[in-house]
Amino acid sequence: MSETFDTRELHEIDRPTGPIAAAVLATGIGAFVLGLLTTLSEASTGIHDFLDFNTDVGPLSGKTILAVVAYFGSWAILHALWRRQNRDLRPILIAAAALTALGILGTFPTFFQAFASE
Amino acid sequence: MELTSRETWTLIHGLILGTFFLLAFAGGLAGLWSLRTDYVTEAGIAERVRRLKLGTTAMAIAAWLTVITGTWIVYPWYREALAGEDGAGCQGAQVPGDECSPRDFLLSNASGNTEDWHKFAMEWKEHIAWLSPMLATLAAFLVLYYGPALARNRTARLLVLTVFTAAFATAAIAGLFGALITKTAPIT
Repeated sequence: MSETFDTRELHEIDRPTGPIAAAVLATGIGAFVLGLLTTLSEASTGIHDFLDFNTDVGPLSGKTILAVVAYFGSWAILHALWRRQNRDLRPILIAAAALTALGILGTFPTFFQAFASE
Repeated sequence: MELTSRETWTLIHGLILGTFFLLAFAGGLAGLWSLRTDYVTEAGIAERVRRLKLGTTAMAIAAWLTVITGTWIVYPWYREALAGEDGAGCQGAQVPGDECSPRDFLLSNASGNTEDWHKFAMEWKEHIAWLSPMLATLAAFLVLYYGPALARNRTARLLVLTVFTAAFATAAIAGLFGALITKTAPIT
């Protein structure tokens, strides 16, 4: 890993790394929220009905609206907090990759249908 | 030769916006891969980076427009409940129609074993597609933020390439399933 992807090199920029950390982590958060809501919607009729923001689109409307709100909302908050700081990007990248992987898992039908409510 | 309103929107969603995104990926990938100080002069880097900034931003916008038109315009036509509780509207149907939406048609198995096209393919497509604009936006942001530094910062370039490829992969899954579902159960 250190030979092929040295995260210390990411800090070689004449601007703060906080905005990079904010954007990267927000992407992980958005992906994770989408996967989580997809699985919860399958597991709970109450959540499924709650996510039905628009009857034509169905629960996909709630899942995607909330995921996009989580994505842009967390990006705005993290950016405001970190915009002048230098953040260590290695743990942020690991967290974002893990959140994105969980998000993809949560959207995979074989996975979320295993939680289907009767 | 005529296209209905639904066919036109399906075309805009899948063939114009979606295909623009998928094709532009190849150009962006080549541009990012070869953006190195040992390959390109200073003037060349400045020109390449300007093009990459425009290209990745346009791709991110295309990705957002693709999922928004897909979810809010095309998808309601796909999922209309027209066939009734027992799927009677789809009995004997060879393709979806006025009493049998594409979703009804696939779930009815009226024309072979088609239900997995909805239960797996459509279910994954409609969700995973939304990861693509988030990843594409991150790739565009990183290109805008690092700028010419990408040419000498190999790890930053690798990070952008990874995010960029992930955006493409999620869009490709959605695009491939979208094409195959449309072939089996078109929106008319």
